Amino acid sequence: MIEPNRQGDVWVYAEQEDGNLHDVALELCGKARLLADQLGVRVGAVLPGWNMRELAFRLIAHGADKIYHVHDPRLEHYRTMPYARVMCQLIEKHKPQIVLYGATPMGRDLAPRIASKLRAGLTADCTDLDIGDHEEKSAKKVHKNLLLQIRPAFGGNIIATIINPERWPQMATVREGVMRLGDGDPGRTGEIIDENIEFNDFDLAVHVIERHREERKVDLKAARIIVAGGGGVGSEEGFRLIHGLAGALGGTVGASRAAVDGGFIAKDHQVGQTGTTVRPALYVACGISGQVQHRAGMEESAKIIAINWDREAPIFSVAHYGIVGDLRKVIPMMIKAIKARE
Amino acid sequence: MGYKCIVCIKQVPDTSNITGEVMNRDGTVNRTALPAIFNPEDLNALEAALAVKDEHGGEVTVVTMGPLGACEALRMALYRRADRVVLITDRRAAASDTLATSYILSQAIKKIGDVDLVFCGRQAIDGDTAQVGPQLAEKLGIPQIAYFERFESLTYRAARVRRNTGSGWEVVESPLPVLITVLDTANEPRPAAAKRVMQYKHLTTPDELRARLKKGMPDATDAEREAEHARQMEKQTFLGARIEQWDLDDIDADLQWCGLSGSPTKVHRVQWIVLTKEGYTEVAPTEEGVRGMVHELIVDHTMG
Ligand SMILES: Cc1cc2nc3c(=O)[nH]c(=O)nc-3n(C[C@H](O)[C@H](O)[C@H](O)COP(=O)(O)OP(=O)(O)OC[C@H]3O[C@@H](n4cnc5c(N)ncnc54)[C@H](O)[C@@H]3O)c2cc1C
Repeated sequence: MIEPNRQGDVWVYAEQEDGNLHDVALELCGKARLLADQLGVRVGAVLPGWNMRELAFRLIAHGADKIYHVHDPRLEHYRTMPYARVMCQLIEKHKPQIVLYGATPMGRDLAPRIASKLRAGLTADCTDLDIGDHEEKSAKKVHKNLLLQIRPAFGGNIIATIINPERWPQMATVREGVMRLGDGDPGRTGEIIDENIEFNDFDLAVHVIERHREERKVDLKAARIIVAGGGGVGSEEGFRLIHGLAGALGGTVGASRAAVDGGFIAKDHQVGQTGTTVRPALYVACGISGQVQHRAGMEESAKIIAINWDREAPIFSVAHYGIVGDLRKVIPMMIKAIKARE
Repeated sequence: MGYKCIVCIKQVPDTSNITGEVMNRDGTVNRTALPAIFNPEDLNALEAALAVKDEHGGEVTVVTMGPLGACEALRMALYRRADRVVLITDRRAAASDTLATSYILSQAIKKIGDVDLVFCGRQAIDGDTAQVGPQLAEKLGIPQIAYFERFESLTYRAARVRRNTGSGWEVVESPLPVLITVLDTANEPRPAAAKRVMQYKHLTTPDELRARLKKGMPDATDAEREAEHARQMEKQTFLGARIEQWDLDDIDADLQWCGLSGSPTKVHRVQWIVLTKEGYTEVAPTEEGVRGMVHELIVDHTMG
């Protein structure tokens, strides 16, 4: 456990795989820059791996001031324990006040292990981050400039702000796409600090025997048009309509968690707080109620069409075009209207 | 011989069932109106442990932390051939965040002792945080393998596991004991065995039975209720299984790391989102209405 260190920097865990930096690391550098400017401190990024020094320059371009570069053949492929050792040792040495991780499969494996070791707090899947004060009424104490970790809470249209007032560093994970990916400024300068970490036998007890990479099949983030289906689509069969409309529009298929849980479509298609955050030119929500966890992932779309037979469905609150009706009738009409234009 | 497996499970509100009736007028969910279910991926974790037992022999112990009502999830584990089930329940554990929860579970697992494999579902549907598994592994001082798909091999020396990395898969080898978090795609959880449902459906902990009798016999005197309690508990001794109930003292937990004081994360503020209506163009669900909308979107270059 680390005492609050107000001079501490804002850190980002720079996730990379096979020398490819994950977009979320750059997105987080941009956000960390804003937070650090508010606090008057600097942005650090921890980059563990093997032969990936040049990635440091991209992190700097996106807002990092100091890169803690840990170059070690034993870090070539991600393994939880040695990576956790790197992070814990550097956190104990430099005492950052905030550490951000991408809520990727790797980040969600790593960050909780670190949090447990440091006995620090960790908030998953934040949809926004800010700096603010917290008044502890019972103790008549004001904690200044805490990291406000904002995320939808279970139970309807509620947004909770979580803080870690005392047990630092303040740590959070953020999904890819939630923070905007800036262009980066290749002229920015920063410092690369080489760090050496000692590992013990236990840290290295797990071995990677074989690895296999599969190309990501769905790329929701890059899609210009998304047609998403929800629980109202009813079945995998029913999703044919969604695929049909997406095909007619040249778009990509998205889904709500209800549709994923129902087995209508694979998990990679999920949009929302714990899925992908998207900002397409057009988002068509079909049979999606629009709970806050779903809206969090799509409400910044440029244009939103909502099709739902329940006029009271919250999805209409973010829609630009609302169609109150049965999606099984409305979607074929849309397909027809689009085809007629060609 | 065989392997000693421990499975950590959670009873959760069924978030896929949030319908109009369970919504309060302010847009929040009336939790008590939501049915409680066995967290879906915890069923996959239980299945993975039972499969180890089926193939190699051994024992499956299921542990949960929660209110007395969570006994229902433990009974469901017994219906599926868990050997031993344990409820950790204690008021002082209330308001535990994921870190405090993992500490409490680690104390219970240390009390059970000699474990080879700990299984957790990847995440619980009421939070989707996926944090408790990795935190628990760290607290136990053992390796973790997240996103289990299947065993490639299992010996007393090491487990070889194929895990999903999100961008593909990898096979890793870890010495035992190890903690494994299980994905819903890993297996098909077995259904409850009808015979065991008949056998164990009346199994309770003493406290759970007391709470039930309080509800079920509202007009009875305390003495009558106690007599009924003694009678039913006596009957249960013939069932050949029991639900163990532990509190924080039973697992030697340091209260500093439990409940509110053990939870570094606090709630700063909760906001209700006010939905603004009428912000959109209503399109009639007719050929003509839809055509008009499509036309507008083509003209402004959103489509095509
Ligand atoms: C921790 C946590 C994380 C979550 N993360 C996400 C996330 O990332 N993404 C996400 O989407 N959800 C997420 N959820 C779940 C979210 O709260 C909702 O449960 C979910 O979004 C509901 O999906 P839905 O609206 O498609 O389904 P339902 O609630 O089943 O709604 C179906 C809708 O379709 C309408 N409908 C039904 N039939 C028709 C028809 N024939 N024609 C027209 N309309 C019809 C109904 O009126 C209804 O509004 C999360 C929940 C939790 C607790």
